Amino acid sequence: MAEIAPFVRHEMLPAEPAPASEAGVLHWLRANLFSSPLNVVLTFAGVFIVYWLVSHSAPWLMHSVWAADSLGECRAIIAERWGPDATGACWAVIRDRWHQYLFGFYPWEHIWRPITVFALLFVAIAPVLFSSVPRKLLWFTLAYPLLALWLLWGGTIWPEVMIAAGFGIGALGFMLGARFGSLGAISLGTLAAALFWVVPAAPLEHALAAMLPIGLPEVSSDQFGGFLLAVTVGVGAIALSLPMGVLLALGRRSDMFLIRALCIGFIEFIRGVPLITLLFVASLLLNYFLPPGTNFDIILRVEILVTFFAAAYIAEVVRGALSALPRGQYEAADALGLDYWKAQRLIILPQALKISIPGIVSTFIGMFKDTTLVVFVGLFDPLKGISDFVRADFAWKGIYWEPYIFVGCIFFLFNFSMSRYAMYLEQKLKRDHR
Amino acid sequence: MTDVDMPPKQTFRLSQLIYDTRYRSLTIQVVVFMLFMAGAAWLVDNTIQNLKVLGKDFNFGFLWNRAGYDIGQTLIPYTNDSTHFRAMLVGLLNTLLVSFLGCVAATVIGIFVGVLRLSSNWLVARLMTLYVEVFRNVPLLLWILVIYAIFTEVMPVPNAFRVNPATGEAAASMLFFDTVALTNRYTAIPGVLFSNPLPGILGLAGPLWSALVALAGGLFLNSRLKARATRIQEATGTRPSTWWATLLLLTLPWMAVLWAQGFHLDVPAFNRFNFQGGIKVTNALVVLWLALSLYTGAFVAEIVRAGIMAISKGQTEAAAALGLRPGRIMSLVILPQALRVIIPPLISQFLNLTKNSSLAIAVGYMDLRGTLGGITLNQTGRELEAILLMMGLYLAISLGISGVMNVYNNAVKLKER
Repeated sequence: MAEIAPFVRHEMLPAEPAPASEAGVLHWLRANLFSSPLNVVLTFAGVFIVYWLVSHSAPWLMHSVWAADSLGECRAIIAERWGPDATGACWAVIRDRWHQYLFGFYPWEHIWRPITVFALLFVAIAPVLFSSVPRKLLWFTLAYPLLALWLLWGGTIWPEVMIAAGFGIGALGFMLGARFGSLGAISLGTLAAALFWVVPAAPLEHALAAMLPIGLPEVSSDQFGGFLLAVTVGVGAIALSLPMGVLLALGRRSDMFLIRALCIGFIEFIRGVPLITLLFVASLLLNYFLPPGTNFDIILRVEILVTFFAAAYIAEVVRGALSALPRGQYEAADALGLDYWKAQRLIILPQALKISIPGIVSTFIGMFKDTTLVVFVGLFDPLKGISDFVRADFAWKGIYWEPYIFVGCIFFLFNFSMSRYAMYLEQKLKRDHR
Repeated sequence: MTDVDMPPKQTFRLSQLIYDTRYRSLTIQVVVFMLFMAGAAWLVDNTIQNLKVLGKDFNFGFLWNRAGYDIGQTLIPYTNDSTHFRAMLVGLLNTLLVSFLGCVAATVIGIFVGVLRLSSNWLVARLMTLYVEVFRNVPLLLWILVIYAIFTEVMPVPNAFRVNPATGEAAASMLFFDTVALTNRYTAIPGVLFSNPLPGILGLAGPLWSALVALAGGLFLNSRLKARATRIQEATGTRPSTWWATLLLLTLPWMAVLWAQGFHLDVPAFNRFNFQGGIKVTNALVVLWLALSLYTGAFVAEIVRAGIMAISKGQTEAAAALGLRPGRIMSLVILPQALRVIIPPLISQFLNLTKNSSLAIAVGYMDLRGTLGGITLNQTGRELEAILLMMGLYLAISLGISGVMNVYNNAVKLKER
């Protein structure tokens, strides 16, 4: 009997490489660019578009000049280096005027003030944006607006202290009024703060300013401009409009007819008219509506109207979130015996605001873009106001693309990072099935 | 069983106004009403006093005075002898014109880009993402200014289209088979002419109403055709193919009516110093239209993409399992559901576009803000009346658009019972 030697393989065969059409660059190309006749056509169209864009912009970007004193000098340098027919970018204008694009006409010796305010902005919003930051920092967030106000405009510190004291007295009134329920607390708090601001605040401020003249040199509003103005108006408006928008949203869902009607009227009116007309109201009409002889700062006037504008949009975002909450949450709050404000504060709003954060961020992006419209009421926005000012100088007459690209890139960086943050939050806060 | 006690006598105490939930909301509303009226009275009183100080009154009579300024582009007859009211109407129509054109173009761009962004083609999807992100994250004003600069700085002067007799060539060439000329002063597009038009009825031009009647007739016949096809399907189980008849019924009648009236294009042509024939559109309108539609198109693209992605894959698979073909799956299952998601945000984008058209101020397009809120305001010095009227008109446009679109939205939305 012949011995049968069973064949047993002792080691694994090495894996065969995938067929050429199923791996590597070729496979990727086939799957992603040439998978069907339509895709082939689309790919060629795409390649053509890319080629067209690059062939038109690349030479211009390659021939960049960074050091020159005027557009004429730029053109001379380009003609000398790359031939008489060459076109090129003249970034020298940015090198020469970047400080005006960023800070407007803010006095150069005080430039540390807006820079500090901007840096502190990140400290102030950190506890709002990221939950890992210590909660104690929220106190700084509360104090930040007044600090920024004082640092930016200067003057004595006492007006800001008086505003803060008013809020403090309001909080005291709120706590005293808490014995009479939420309504009593809110009325007493508001009344106490209002009384303080109307009656003793002004004389007290004068007295304190005379005794202890702590302060910074004043900077007037017409020296603001560029991104400093855009960020001041934008951040101020969003901070002020958030509480207002939440109240409007609650009002719009209220059972009380009159309150609902007033809130709907306000929201729909503001959302129905363009921001430009509201800015015209700020610059031309506000003086009609206020007591004769009142004349206050144009940035403040614009800020008020932009706040109204943002509040109406935020109200709609928050209203959407409120109606997205399951009915059971409201009923559970009622079943626990919570009154309206406690139910809102402890149960409804924490959930609703969480859902509405992405919407609020996109409102803020829209807001920030819309701050460029302040140029039409005579303020120096970074886009048109400062660019027109730069072009008014004979040295930079006729320069168009470089300033627009520079300003556009900064806006893009701000807004793109904000929209990415909103997407990150949306992912993080998602509680449904994935 | 003991007798049920009589319910305690209801006595009304003043504190019930605050502590009793039955009366509290009434109390709050009365207080709010008084505060609101006091605030309104304060504002009105201030306004009256301020007007008195300035020696002005509140009256819209200025609308019937002679305007005295020219408007480059008007849809209705207007001269500088017309009234301010007429100028306001011209501005209103110009606002509506650019908004309408912008909404149409933005929708087309948005659908195109939104679908392509979901394409499996790597390059095209990336390019569309780039477009959307770049346009969404930069202010609209920048796009208006950039496109305006392209038109004023890069486009040739009209004279560049003159054919040089020596070489037989011109420095600049027209687009789209020599029908459209982009110059730095205006854009010349073909006009539509009829050699023997029908007489107009009720202010509608002959070709317009006749083409509309023909289109309505075609639509009616098409609906009869569809009904017949459904009847046959119910009786026999097979649906006769109707697509070619539908195509003919929807296109042929109005085209035939227009052709019978001698339809031809009036193509602009360069003649000695300037373009003759066709329609010269001011560049302000073209720039504003392009910028508004490109900017809003990016937002619409995102809405379309979200709408398509919101429909779960199970829907397509279920429809396929029922034996529907891909075209019918799209039209009967996917689109009706996707539209439900797409329409509400699309309405608000249309509203945004209309409101953003007030940025015409940056290019000098004479819209509502340019006439009533611009030159009329400056000439008459009636800020209060002009701005309030302008806001009222914008509000009416916005409410009108959202009203019309809400009717449509109610027609397509999920019927819940």
